[in-house]
Amino acid sequence: MALLEVRDLTVEFVRRGERSFTAVDGVSFDVEPGQTVGLVGESGCGKSVTSLAIMRLLAKRGNKVSGSVRFEGTELLKLSDREMRDRRGRDLGMVFQDPLSSLNPVIPIGLQITEVLERHRGMSRKAASVEAVDLLDKVGIPDPSRRLSEYPHQLSGGMRQRALIAIALACRPRLLIADEPTTALDVTIQAQILALLRELVQDTGTALIMITHDLGVVAGLCDEVNVLYGGKIVERAQRHRLFAEPRHPYTHGLLASIPRLDAGRGEKLVPIRGSVSDNIPWDHGCAFAPRCPNALPVCREVQPQLAPDQGGLLRCHNPVRPAVAAGGGTR
Amino acid sequence: MNTLLNKKKEPIDKLASVSGRSLGAEALRRMLRSPVAITGGVITALFLLLAIFAPLIAPKDPYERYLQGEVSLGQGIIPGAQPGFPLGVDDFGRDYLSRLLVGAQQTLLVGVLATVIGVLVGVVIGGLAGAFGGWVDTVLMRLVDVMLSVPSLLLAISVAALFQKPSQWTVILAVSMIGVPIFARLLRGSMLGQRSSDHVLAATSLGVKRTSIVFRHMLPNSLGPVIVQATLTLATAILEAAALSFLGLGDPDPNRAEWGIMLSRGARQFLDVRPELAYYPAIAIIVVALGFTLLGESLREALDPKNRR
Repeated sequence: MALLEVRDLTVEFVRRGERSFTAVDGVSFDVEPGQTVGLVGESGCGKSVTSLAIMRLLAKRGNKVSGSVRFEGTELLKLSDREMRDRRGRDLGMVFQDPLSSLNPVIPIGLQITEVLERHRGMSRKAASVEAVDLLDKVGIPDPSRRLSEYPHQLSGGMRQRALIAIALACRPRLLIADEPTTALDVTIQAQILALLRELVQDTGTALIMITHDLGVVAGLCDEVNVLYGGKIVERAQRHRLFAEPRHPYTHGLLASIPRLDAGRGEKLVPIRGSVSDNIPWDHGCAFAPRCPNALPVCREVQPQLAPDQGGLLRCHNPVRPAVAAGGGTR
Repeated sequence: MNTLLNKKKEPIDKLASVSGRSLGAEALRRMLRSPVAITGGVITALFLLLAIFAPLIAPKDPYERYLQGEVSLGQGIIPGAQPGFPLGVDDFGRDYLSRLLVGAQQTLLVGVLATVIGVLVGVVIGGLAGAFGGWVDTVLMRLVDVMLSVPSLLLAISVAALFQKPSQWTVILAVSMIGVPIFARLLRGSMLGQRSSDHVLAATSLGVKRTSIVFRHMLPNSLGPVIVQATLTLATAILEAAALSFLGLGDPDPNRAEWGIMLSRGARQFLDVRPELAYYPAIAIIVVALGFTLLGESLREALDPKNRR
């Protein structure tokens, strides 16, 4: 049995007097213990909403969540608020994008760690402080006992993200959701944080859902990658397959729009035309069709279904053929 | 030799605690560099010292009618400044300087108590509204709207008039009611802001209990504006209390030395005889109110994250 089974997860934003908007549309995926799964896509594709829905952190007002999220066989979406609170932090942890705003500015770092340890592991304040020093040390914060009494604004960006990871991992959750954990950091710090995450995941056997728009992050960390577009999974593949042979034109476009050091001189970057639009629904054909270089007439009429393809899953009428992908660009 | 030894003895954990500088300490450091803050702080500190030690500093007994024999209201004679009575005497022949000093104590008491009661009630209302949201928020905020829709002095007058016998306490209660809706609205606003903040979301994602979320994560982050507003309200509370006394809704005891009453009597009865009797308490009220306002404004500036260098 998978650690986490997400089935047909759908999130609708419901506003009175307005047409509801489907932010996440029938997303299904599994996470095995110790596995790292990536959710990739542009801003607005529904990846963060997916993670918030799994953690049940979306406000009840205005959001309609349906489908099923099973964690070790327990249906999370049906738990009471109290039961869910007991699981958050203990079974499922989360690391957010902006480390400064995700830490409470008026409380020292140490207290923010011990708070969780006292809550979920029933530790005394004293034992929790000892454990907190250990945790900070483990995430590579130098001089951890001194840091305990410091406030978030006194730490550097990288330190803050390390502290956040320490807090999220304090109770050894079996699943960690990292929502763009490196987006707000420098490139050098990004690499450090990713290395740290990889190390911690391997050491503790924690499963990881990595949410990112950065394919570089995916390349370094994820076992399996789900590419989201317009709230739906458009392609799922093992990391190596995805990078070697992207099948969906969107995935292909994402890869082609990354600058590469080994690109030939004068070779142009190929951006994806247009931007994600709220108004293009999936009900009449493929939502990516208006931006797709491979679009056929059928793409605008028949909604593509997610189907097995080369060991993964693919939602496309006219996938990119491997030979074209190897060329680096379609035009 | 001795100093060397002392240095060695300094415990390491003490050094560690110095390194953790809270936002409050940071704000204090910034305030010490601002001339406005220092001016406000000095005035406030002087006022506090005078008020607290007034009975010791006052050169004469403020209730003793020293020069009653020389006062003749019928002929419009009130003795002016003279040796021993640097600010003159009032219509009972009592030393005006001593009365002003003791009056500072009254003013401080009324101002502080009224502000504290206002903050407490306002924080409870605003905190409930901000923590629960929904219909609790709606009901409480409509109540606050009603209070805000009445002009502040009118509100204070109506509250003071509710009581059969005016006393110092009716003044304090009446003045505190002016602050309540302001504090409630302020705290509710910043609590709602905190509710949707990243760090509250992060704390929620860690399964932190709701009471801790409210008291440890939301409330301390929301209190900044309330504290600043309290400093500013202290100034208006002093003015409002004086206004109530001036209008005759204050403590009716003519013996009590209180700036509002002194101003009222001075301005109404003796303006043509001894206008100083009105000027002195008026100046005292203005200076103290200015001191608190300057302090409050600079506190607001110091706590404003946009001003952080």
